[in-house]
Amino acid sequence: MALNVTDLRVYYRTLRGEVKALDGVTFSVADGEIMGLAGESGSGKSTLAKSLIRLDGRMRHVGGTVELDGKTMPLADDTGMDRFRFREVSLIPQYSMSALNPTRKIGKMVGELLDSRGERLERAELERRLELVGLSKDVLDRYPIELSGGMKQRVVMVISTLLNPSLLIADEVTSALDVSSQKAVATTLLGFRDRGLVTSMMVVTHDISLVYQIADTIMVMYAGRLAEKAPAEVLVTAPRHPYTKQLISALPEVGVRYEDRRLTGIPGNPPSLLKPPGGCRFRDRCPLAFDQCAEQPPFAEVAPGHFVACWKAE
Amino acid sequence: MLKLDSVSKVYRVGAFGGRELKAVSDVSFEVGEGEVVSLIGESGSGKSTLGRMILRLASISGGRITLDGRDITSIKDRKEYYRQVQGVFQDPFSCYNPVFRADRVFAMIKEQYFPQAGADEWRKRVEGALESVRLDPGNVLGKYPHQLSGGQLQRMLIARAVLLDIRLLVADEIISMLDASTRIDVLNLLADLRARGLGILFVTHDLSLGNYVSDRTVVLRHGKIVEMGRTDLVFGNPAHPYTRSLLASVPRLHAKWTDAVPEDVPCAFHEAPQESRTRPGLAEVEGDHFVACAGCGASKIKENA
Repeated sequence: MALNVTDLRVYYRTLRGEVKALDGVTFSVADGEIMGLAGESGSGKSTLAKSLIRLDGRMRHVGGTVELDGKTMPLADDTGMDRFRFREVSLIPQYSMSALNPTRKIGKMVGELLDSRGERLERAELERRLELVGLSKDVLDRYPIELSGGMKQRVVMVISTLLNPSLLIADEVTSALDVSSQKAVATTLLGFRDRGLVTSMMVVTHDISLVYQIADTIMVMYAGRLAEKAPAEVLVTAPRHPYTKQLISALPEVGVRYEDRRLTGIPGNPPSLLKPPGGCRFRDRCPLAFDQCAEQPPFAEVAPGHFVACWKAE
Repeated sequence: MLKLDSVSKVYRVGAFGGRELKAVSDVSFEVGEGEVVSLIGESGSGKSTLGRMILRLASISGGRITLDGRDITSIKDRKEYYRQVQGVFQDPFSCYNPVFRADRVFAMIKEQYFPQAGADEWRKRVEGALESVRLDPGNVLGKYPHQLSGGQLQRMLIARAVLLDIRLLVADEIISMLDASTRIDVLNLLADLRARGLGILFVTHDLSLGNYVSDRTVVLRHGKIVEMGRTDLVFGNPAHPYTRSLLASVPRLHAKWTDAVPEDVPCAFHEAPQESRTRPGLAEVEGDHFVACAGCGASKIKENA
């Protein structure tokens, strides 16, 4: 198992109390697995991604463990995490466009970055990696401002994977791109795994149809907890959690017209995570809710590789 | 109702504005009453610039935009124009002043446009407008922006536009910032407003959203129309290679991306008979379905010959 997360809890400190953004999350990602992590804003998907790299000042590791390739990651220990960052776990940030130093040429910046980590890399290897994502080696002699958004995104992707990390986290990497660049970036991610540059991958996104294109499994989060995890095909065609079902049926597709089939959204709003209600957090919006939902359902395996947190999932 | 007639927009760029950038060139289309037209394009296609020109937020460099035959730049009283045409934009959170209650947007409409309306009558109208966008007035009135969700704020902005009894709504990427579970409600709302006779220009980069709600579709690339016509024709039988490649890149559920084989299809514009070129630069390949030249170079060959 590449990644094992057990009962992870990460809260945000605010003036009005603690926001339980990640409240008891247990799952694993296998070697070679590309897992899509989907959810709406405030579901905790970005908090989960960030927790595996670096907790910022407002975030507090309340409980739970994260194991990567058998080693426990010291989430709360900022300097202790340095042994893992970039080498074992690497992140492609959401705003890659602004992740590059504007005063350095790309080549120089990459050199300085590797120096600071005490690593060396052959220039030929760097050029080969750029070629893999469809960039010419000339970009090394250019400033970030000379590259387009999609090119910068790909440069950051190359940098993030230079040390062949075991786990790569891609946080909303396609959200700011046009549909044609989205496709290019997504297939590049797939290429990283297929060429063995990274072992497994977590692709965080709000766009289920995009992640469905490249992911082996998809995990859906709701209000700080896991709702469902299943092989991508199963999750899209036969979801079992009522939230996943409603979410997928609310997605307009090319070919679906308003006159032919009127789609419906999910009424209501997600609960506040400041003082979340007990039991299942989807209860208030759920058409199937019954008495037992006052008790939190376990994230149980209902079929091989298919986990659902719902009492009514059979 | 609204008619664009070879509209162009030129921006001055570079140091001292020495260079020119043609953001929109010779775009012509119409939006009728009770019709949803979606304007689809990638970043830099000029779709937002067009929306801003229609809303008179940007000047028009060439061509004419008319509303019921009247040039919109000749309407001196801007208020009179904005009584009929309103816009809603991408980010609902930045449209409200966080210091004031969210319903201040309605009070400002009253102050500016209906100063003589009585308080009671006005309250009824606001409640009516909120109900028409499926918001419970008791739930949203008196709240501050941070207490409301993005979908609620966006619907309040649409209600604000509806209060004016407008005839045309320019909706510029109004869905992009919303979550999947609420965006479909806003889309359905647009469809309901259309049924009341409102014309809607729906600007988006998301083809599946445009396809869901619109009657007609205009596909823009680098400021030019590449294809336009009835939505089912444009999406069902795309005639321009750019439209086809866009459609192929859209991530779908239940179908994985296939590697598009570069196809050798003849240019639909030059294949079409001369008399079908009813609009400048566009050929009508079938009823209400226009396509531009695919960049096949046929025009050059003719010039040389």
